[in-house]
Amino acid sequence: MKKTYKMRDLDCANCAAKMEDAIRKLDGVQDVSISFMTQKLTIEAEENRLEEIMRQAVKVCKKVEPDCEIVLK
Amino acid sequence: MTKKQKKMLGRILVSFALLLGLSLWGGRIWLPVGIPFVSVSHVSETGQPAFSLAGWVPYLIPYFIIGWDVLWRAIRNIKNGQVFDENFLMAVATVGAFGCGEYREGVAVMLFYQVGELFQSVAVDRSRRSISDLMDIRPDYANVEQEGQLVQVDPEEVSVGDTILVKPGERIPLDGVVTEGSSTLDTAALTGESMPREVGEGRDVVSGCINLSGVLRIRVTKPFEDSTVSKILELVENSASKKAKAEHFITKFARYYTPAVVFAALALAFLPPLLGLGTFGMWIQRALIFLVVSCPCALVISIPLSFFGGIGGASRQGILVKGGNYLEALAQAGIVVFDKTGTLTQGRFAVTEAEAAAGSREELLELAALAEHFSTHPISRSIQEACPEADFSRVTQAEELPGRGVRAVVDGRTVLAGNGKLMKEFGVAVPEGGEPAGTVVYVAADGQYLGRLVVADQIKESAPQALRMLKAEGVGRTVMLTGDAPAVGQAVGKALGLDEVHAGLLPGDKVERVEQLLVQKRPGEQLVFVGDGINDAPVLSRADVGVAMGAMGSDAAIEAADVVLMDDDLTKLPVAVSIARKTLRIVRQNIVFALGVKFLVLILSAFGMANMWMAVFADVGVSVLAILNASRMLRKTKS
Repeated sequence: MKKTYKMRDLDCANCAAKMEDAIRKLDGVQDVSISFMTQKLTIEAEENRLEEIMRQAVKVCKKVEPDCEIVLK
Repeated sequence: MTKKQKKMLGRILVSFALLLGLSLWGGRIWLPVGIPFVSVSHVSETGQPAFSLAGWVPYLIPYFIIGWDVLWRAIRNIKNGQVFDENFLMAVATVGAFGCGEYREGVAVMLFYQVGELFQSVAVDRSRRSISDLMDIRPDYANVEQEGQLVQVDPEEVSVGDTILVKPGERIPLDGVVTEGSSTLDTAALTGESMPREVGEGRDVVSGCINLSGVLRIRVTKPFEDSTVSKILELVENSASKKAKAEHFITKFARYYTPAVVFAALALAFLPPLLGLGTFGMWIQRALIFLVVSCPCALVISIPLSFFGGIGGASRQGILVKGGNYLEALAQAGIVVFDKTGTLTQGRFAVTEAEAAAGSREELLELAALAEHFSTHPISRSIQEACPEADFSRVTQAEELPGRGVRAVVDGRTVLAGNGKLMKEFGVAVPEGGEPAGTVVYVAADGQYLGRLVVADQIKESAPQALRMLKAEGVGRTVMLTGDAPAVGQAVGKALGLDEVHAGLLPGDKVERVEQLLVQKRPGEQLVFVGDGINDAPVLSRADVGVAMGAMGSDAAIEAADVVLMDDDLTKLPVAVSIARKTLRIVRQNIVFALGVKFLVLILSAFGMANMWMAVFADVGVSVLAILNASRMLRKTKS
């Protein structure tokens, strides 16, 4: 399933690339793309595990750029 | 500026004033007692020992004012296992500068870095905003009548079949059909076309257009999430996720570049002095410059910015590009393949020739129009249109003969209008000769041949100019594919100056032809296919870049193509190619410029010919220039 999330305070393009790498390595993630310009995260992952995957994604992103926030709806 | 940016500006100003003041002052602060590390001992005139604060200590105040967050983030990120981030590099470089006794430079470098970061953040904010301005076609509300009162509701809440009211100056919130009123619409936000469009009762209207003059009542035909506006917004927003090769290259490059430079810095700091070439101090200073230059941000920011700017700029012209990769491919367009009907031609028939064998041309046309009056065949329609003032009461009897034509009684005469088969059937002799570019309609009355009409699809007005522009953009081969008869295809091809025409193709043949052309293309070239997107989906997907045109209101076309031209103006295609080329040019400039400056400073510093100032320029200065260069794509480009 494909889902898009908004991101807040994504200030560094290199961090966006690093986050993308880190999330791609998570188990159950098929594809992920972070757009620095639109501040959006698009993730393709197993639907029934999406919630758990997103929790992990938030965690790895915090590691890369603690100021940036993924807005989970 | 945001609050955060204003605060940063304040810190920069305070820190700068302090730095300037300290540099000009040059006095000493005397201490009552000596403190290890931070005091300098003197011997006073009376022979008593005296202590003053070391020269570097006051500089810590502006340093911390400007740089505390960098230091803090550096420590925090190391804890998170992110060693090679720019905060860490700046922290090491500036602390190192203090250690080498260059405390003024240490503060200044940090200051300069923050100025650059501020500038960068403002520039990125501005671009983000101008992009969202471009996308500002989302309607905020819809007017719905509820119990005689006009209520503003969220467009998402309106369901299919509801009637909405659009006042002059408002944006049409949902796709629908006009049930009452007439007006002119500004479609510029969707198509880039500045000519207003007239609409009246019964006409389809699409969301996103601005109603200019009259009040319209519209019956909604699509829910908001399927409306044209939603489709376009979704498409443009998702375009950022299809990244171009250049973007992938840069992120990959950045992954190796930073660690490589950091290790090079380490080697530079320790190897030469260990080999006895100069002091540690000197080499560490040079290594610190390496660290400052090692941040890849300039590249990583400016490239997606350029692509996004290109996509945004194109969408302002009614050209939707579904991803950076397609923009990249479009820039390398070498072969452009066109579908004929609906792309190069209008897909509407018209009488192009009328040859009267007996009587005048006007009489022939009138008679044919009268005979065809009751037929709804596209060819009949075009003949009717050629003579709109014909008096239909003269027709007393009419009969359609499928596959052949019509037979009608006009003014008591039996008139035949149709193809050669029809004439043969009724024993009318028709002159042989010439294969005209179109469908021939013979006309006869009471068994006597009167003349013939040629009905053909008309070439789009914009087509010749578009093809000239494409050639000027460097497209080597233009090819037309059509299912029509070779004579028709050749005539169109000749009129437009196409390089190749393949006619008489079945839908399946078109895919095959495109595959043949794909094999023939030169390395580095891309094949672009342009069609109307309705029945050429397989070809669209087979080509390197599939372009659908005239897509306003056609979901299928938007879905199938990689690049969508909202209206059917063919000159948008060369405009798209030119935007793509410009984008790629900027991307290349940025890569070459940023890497060039960085490598230059790296080499200079290895030989001791660069200083901290140059290093900071190579980092943030280059970022800012690259962003400014990329933001050229966002400026309004003239078509």
